[in-house]
Amino acid sequence: MTDSHSHVAHQFDDLAQQQDASNLGMWAFLATEVLFFGGMFAAYAVYRTLYYDAFVAGSQHMDVLLGAINTAVLLLSSLTVALGVHEVKRGNNAGLTRYLLLTITLGLTFLVIKGFEYSHKYADGLIPGVHFTLDGPEHVGLYFILYFVMTGFHALHMIVGVGIMTAMVIMTRRGRFSPEYHNPIEVSGLYWHFVDIVWIFLYPLFYLIRVHP
Amino acid sequence: MKTAPEDVLQKNYITAEYGIRSWLLTRDHKRIALLYLISITLFFFVGGFFAVLMRLELMTPQGDVVSAETYNRLFTMHGVAMIFFFLVPSIPAVLGNFLLPMMLGARDLAFPRLNLLSWYLYMIGGCYTIYAMVTGGIDTGWTFYTPYSTGYSTTNVVPVVVGIFVLGFSSILTGVNFIVTTHKMRAPGLTWFRLPLFVWAQYATSVIILLATPVLAITLALLGVERIFRVGIFDPALGGDPILFQHMFWFYSHPAVYIMVLPSMGVVSELVTCFARRRIFGYRFMAFAVMAIAVLGFLVWGHHMFVSGQSVYAGMAFSALSFFVAIPSAIKVFNWTATLHKGRIEFRTPVLYAFGFIGLFTIGGLTGLFLATLAVDVHLTDTYFVVAHFHYIMVGGAVMGYLGGLHYWWPKMTGRLYHEGWAKFSALILFVGFNLTFFPQFVLGYLGMPRRYYIYPEEFQVLNVLSTAGASILGFGYIIPMVYLLWSLRKPRTAGPNPWNAKGLEWLTPSPPPTHNFDTTPVVTEGPYEYEEKSADDG
Amino acid sequence: MTGGGFSRRIYYAVGITLLVLFLLTVGVAYIDLGALNIVVAMAIATFKTILVVLYFMHVRYSSRVTWVFVSASFFWLVILLVLTLSDYVTRGV
Ligand code: HEM
Ligand SMILES: [Cu+2]
Repeated sequence: MTDSHSHVAHQFDDLAQQQDASNLGMWAFLATEVLFFGGMFAAYAVYRTLYYDAFVAGSQHMDVLLGAINTAVLLLSSLTVALGVHEVKRGNNAGLTRYLLLTITLGLTFLVIKGFEYSHKYADGLIPGVHFTLDGPEHVGLYFILYFVMTGFHALHMIVGVGIMTAMVIMTRRGRFSPEYHNPIEVSGLYWHFVDIVWIFLYPLFYLIRVHP
Repeated sequence: MKTAPEDVLQKNYITAEYGIRSWLLTRDHKRIALLYLISITLFFFVGGFFAVLMRLELMTPQGDVVSAETYNRLFTMHGVAMIFFFLVPSIPAVLGNFLLPMMLGARDLAFPRLNLLSWYLYMIGGCYTIYAMVTGGIDTGWTFYTPYSTGYSTTNVVPVVVGIFVLGFSSILTGVNFIVTTHKMRAPGLTWFRLPLFVWAQYATSVIILLATPVLAITLALLGVERIFRVGIFDPALGGDPILFQHMFWFYSHPAVYIMVLPSMGVVSELVTCFARRRIFGYRFMAFAVMAIAVLGFLVWGHHMFVSGQSVYAGMAFSALSFFVAIPSAIKVFNWTATLHKGRIEFRTPVLYAFGFIGLFTIGGLTGLFLATLAVDVHLTDTYFVVAHFHYIMVGGAVMGYLGGLHYWWPKMTGRLYHEGWAKFSALILFVGFNLTFFPQFVLGYLGMPRRYYIYPEEFQVLNVLSTAGASILGFGYIIPMVYLLWSLRKPRTAGPNPWNAKGLEWLTPSPPPTHNFDTTPVVTEGPYEYEEKSADDG
Repeated sequence: MTGGGFSRRIYYAVGITLLVLFLLTVGVAYIDLGALNIVVAMAIATFKTILVVLYFMHVRYSSRVTWVFVSASFFWLVILLVLTLSDYVTRGV
């Protein structure tokens, strides 16, 4: 059944070359992702340096608890992805499916919580350009713009990630993976971990600017 | 090395399949290269059309051909079409796509499907931009400076920006593909220091594409957010900082000038060794130099912002750093010259373009140093001196290299030889036309004529008329190759595998090559430019 | 890429460390360290990133090229941040 030769595309000599290539391709792509988010982090760094007080004022409107729950959820999801990859290497496809489904659930949980946060922000009039009624210090809008743009792009990446993981579940169900051939799982995992790393930075930068009394 | 099978009856990549579907769904890197060739040529003529209108307007000091508003649209759309839709993809997407796998001894790029997707993204971005151009155009300049682009311009800013955003992903996919292919798909024996310099150049370019393009993408996305939602990210009236836009824009756009010129340097290295019949002088220096340019090119972007309100200290640092980039570029010019020196140069068309490149790039690079000198730039910025500078680099350098490469590998791509006499004639016409167009602009800028205006004081007319005259010669020069290259397609495929007696794996295959490139994977036992073997033995 | 890999215990250990570090981030934020708050927060985040990259993303036993790619992307991020900020922090000095 799992004739590993059938997975080799014509341009490659063997499976090892193909897997190395697709891993490296994902790393190259992630390098561009680092710089994509990097542009936003640069904007954040500049404006936080220039308008620190506005950033403090803005961050007082964040729900530290919901953010914390989401951080924990994402860290857990990274663990489940890593364990999924571990299982497929040992030929345990049932275990892989379980971990993938768990990952998807955690990803969706994150998105739902994020949705609640956004809708609270809307209700409170904290969305610049859409509904903004906050009478804070000058430039406080910048904080919220960056918050929505950065978490928005992050959420978009999460949605893509959930889509990819769903595709992986389907492929697993069809018996496509084996200890010899499971490269798509690994590569999707790399993407998921990257998205998680972005959040590792977003959480303290937006929620924890000044929470101490 | 083995000799190529000369079986003319063998199917090649063009005759392998017929029908429009077989082209639009192809995953063959060579066919995708041809798709790109056709598309970017189209954009070249779109951009050229805008340029012709501008030069016509500038023949007289008054505004008589177009209005000020139209003129603003013309120079913007000229820049957008030429930079994003022609020059950035040109050599990588056409020659790189076609040749990189063959130079590596591979059957295709690592990700053929992504390669096709990259062309579709290019077409989607391109068509959308064209649509935006014909339904109102855009007048911000190709630099999209805020707050004009976000708060004041009434033209199609968002659609054009979306088009370029999509195009960015097309470049990124090409970059990923080239990098992975170079790392993972080299033929047995093909070590890094046996790679042709063309491959090194494509690799360095891909590194820049991967690390710079995403920053442009996010910058344009933020620009779109500001314009659509009327919030202040860059607009000072709304609480933003316009200089941040410039930082982010030039973080991409200075390296982007190397995206445009490095591939040309790679082409020129191939041409110079082949037609001087000599090993390249200082191979390793050449390889390191392109990588050094790729890295150092990221450290100098602030030289576009000397008068923007950036801190003077940052300005001084960026000015000093700019001089460092000149070092590896100078090494390259020196080594090409050294290779040609004492070579038995065969004056065929491609090498004429290489000469053109070396001369014009040198002028462009040296004037770049003038501009990178902070104090001098305060006088010259936003004048025609800058326009002349970057046209010497981008047209004199990058486009000459592209045409040189196209002439060199045309027999490989099509199996046909073009008319050498016409080809030499057009290379000459291009060189003359180019200099007549852009040299006067150095003088105009030095005398103080600002860029981006549709009228100018009387005393600048003579030089402007010269420039317009040059432009018409230049335009004619671009039409001739179109004609004789297309004409050559009517001739039989008699080029043979290696019409130039060149080294390099791509010449081992028949012309045009079969779909899988090589019947047996070549085994490499020597460096890329062993042109002197024979004579060394004889001596 | 097959064969290699860590034992399940290591994945759990890394996962738990990440959660502990996360709690630490939150905890430290409630202590007033002045300008150091952000430094500590970023240091912890960086450390978490390193853990994820080395263990979950398997870079610890990946080829040298992968190391180069990872380092390059962060190096370029530093270029972007440092050179951009170099303008803002030297304004009006
Ligand atoms: C090698 C390829 C190069 C290309 C393709 C290139 C292209 C360009 C372009 C397109 C611009 C105009 C941007 C605009 O304002 O619209 C420009 C301006 C400039 N270039 Fe280059 N350039 C190259 C090399 C260099 C070098 C080697 C230097 C200096 C070491 C340099 C220094 C400058 C400076 C200082 C400006 C800004 C001038 C001003 O706006 O006042 N360039 N270049
Ligand atoms: Cu520049």
